[in-house]
Parts: sequence; C-alpha cells; structure tokens
Amino acid sequence: MKILTLNFLTCARKACKAEPAAFPLHPRDAELEIVEAELNTEFLRNVLPRVEWEALRVVTEELGLPSLPNVAPEPDAIFPAASTAAAATANETPANPAPTQLLQDLHHLLLETTILSGKLVCGNCGHEYAVKEGIANFLLPSHLV
Amino acid sequence: MSRPEDTLPPDLFYNDSESRKYTTSSRIQHIQSNMTHRALSLLSLTHPSLILDIGCGSGLSGEILSSPDPDTPGGPHIWIGMDISASMLAVALEKEVEGDLFLADAGQGVPFRPGTFDAAISISAVQWLCNAETSDESPAGRLSRFFAGLYGSLRRGGRAVCQFYPKNDEQKKMISSAAVRAGFGAGLLEDDPGTKSAKTYLVLTVGGGQLDG
Ligand SMILES: [Zn+2]
Repeated sequence: MKILTLNFLTCARKACKAEPAAFPLHPRDAELEIVEAELNTEFLRNVLPRVEWEALRVVTEELGLPSLPNVAPEPDAIFPAASTAAAATANETPANPAPTQLLQDLHHLLLETTILSGKLVCGNCGHEYAVKEGIANFLLPSHLV
Repeated sequence: MSRPEDTLPPDLFYNDSESRKYTTSSRIQHIQSNMTHRALSLLSLTHPSLILDIGCGSGLSGEILSSPDPDTPGGPHIWIGMDISASMLAVALEKEVEGDLFLADAGQGVPFRPGTFDAAISISAVQWLCNAETSDESPAGRLSRFFAGLYGSLRRGGRAVCQFYPKNDEQKKMISSAAVRAGFGAGLLEDDPGTKSAKTYLVLTVGGGQLDG
C-alpha cells in the first residue's frame, strides 16, 4: 500500500467515523518496499492539495522515514510556474522541464514507498488492520460494522 | 443457468478456480474491457485522477485505468481497488497491477476520508450488495452503507459509474434509489436494452462541481 493511500484511509468502524483520532491509521511492525513508478506530474498536481500534510508527517515519522518540513511546501516550489506556461503555449507536445527535486521526493514518498506487511492501528478504537503482501484487510466482523 | 449471486456470497463463489476462470476467459475479459471503457467515457476525466474501483477483482479494469492517454482518457490514473474475494485479489497480485488493493466488503462502507476520490468505477459488482447473508444484515442496509460511504469519499463535482446486472426492475430501482437517498444525482443508462447483452450503468454525480477549482 502506497503512503499516498494511507493518507486517505480511515478506520472502517462506524463508531470512528467522526472521531479525529481515527485518522491517520498508525502503521505498526511495517515492512516497507520501494516499488518504482513513473513520475506522474499532472496526477501529483491534482492530488497534492488533498494530502493532509500533518498526517503525512506523523506517518513518515512512525515509519522511520526522513522527517518532513513542518509546513507543506508551496505549489510554486514543487511545480515551477515556467512549466505550466510552457505547457500551455507550446504547439507541439509540451516539453516538460526537468521535475524539481521536491517533486521527485514527493513522488518517491507518496507513490513509490509502500507498506508490504504489518498492521494499521486506529488511534480511536485500537482496531488493527492487517497488511499482507501489500493488501490491507478491512473486512470487519459484523458486530463492528 | 443460475446467477452466481443467488447461489453463494462472492467471497465463496470466487474461490481460486473460479477466480482464475473469470480472469482468463477472453470473452469475459473482452466484455469487461468494453464496459470499463464505456464507464470511463461516462466519467469524462480530463486529467490524471485518483479513482476508486469497487469490486476490482483481479484488476481487469484497473489495468485500463493505469494506461496513458489517449487509450484511457485523462490517464494514466492512480486507482485503489476494493474486493471481497481474496482469491480475486491474489490473481491481481500475481499480475502486479499498479493499484493498491483492499480486502473489503463495500456493503460495510467505504473507509476513506471525505473528498478523497475524483471518481469511482464499479464493473459488475453492485448487484452483489443485494445479498444479505446473515440475520443482522439486510440488502437495504448494505446498499445504504455503500452509497453513503461512496458519496462521502468523492470530491464535490466527482462522479461514479457503476455497471451492474440487475436481477429485475425491482432490484434496479432499489439500487438507484439507495444512491439517490445517499445524496447522489443519479441516472440509469442502458446499452442494448431488451437484448441478452443489455448493460445497465448507474451514473452518479456529487453536486457542487462549479465550486471546484
Ligand atoms: Zn477505529
């Protein structure tokens, strides 16, 4: 499971729906795997405004990954304005300038860093979701639905 | 021929041999691929998006979602798939699909925070939600948890397209009215109506798109 996905995932229990402590789920005993993926600049441009930066900071810290800055980087720092202007005016296939290091780092963290196995624990109810071979088990026993 | 959802719940029906059969049948692959492209055209995506695939199975639709434009409009998209069948997901794993996979029952809800997805797609899965296996579950309850969860997890202006095989008109109505009760704008679309290859698509919209940037 990609770190990006974990940034959107909540506890499945109804009782946790409106509880702030139920997000983000906390990885435990996580084994990470790097899965190379092609950089998708336009996807990142679309999705980054939806990423909860504080939750991302918490999770990366818990996973022992390099710490992130306290505040989310500004879009201008990730996607230099020149690239949008060039893409908008170019007649041919938009020649994308080299992606910034920041963009590459975010791509690596969000889309290439994955949880291969371990558990995801709800900070509100303590429920543990197992992750095996990258697949999280979110089936709940019916009394918890 | 009896309908699979009338005999067993999907996690039991799609055991290892059924999952493999389903995934390797070229006829099924062809139909599934056509329906995915049809659903994608109804989603009208213009840029790479975050998409939920409900009942992703072995990832037949997901492979299309991961393909670049122009084969897949707006692609390549990033997708997250949910399926109740571990055997189906095992086949997806073998194929090394690019989406993240969840073993989950859509009838229990959609465990993502509000506004997560740009769009959702579901091919040949929603009719399974009309099964209630135990005394403490009802089809109405499962449909309502699913559509409420789906509605919440989509962005304002987001869309979902669910192709499904309704058993009869009553079931078609039950499914679409559950979506409307959850807040969706809903339209039913039928391809090749009245024929054996009739396909039903439920096209769902989340209001407020004009407020979106
Ligand atoms: Zn919880």
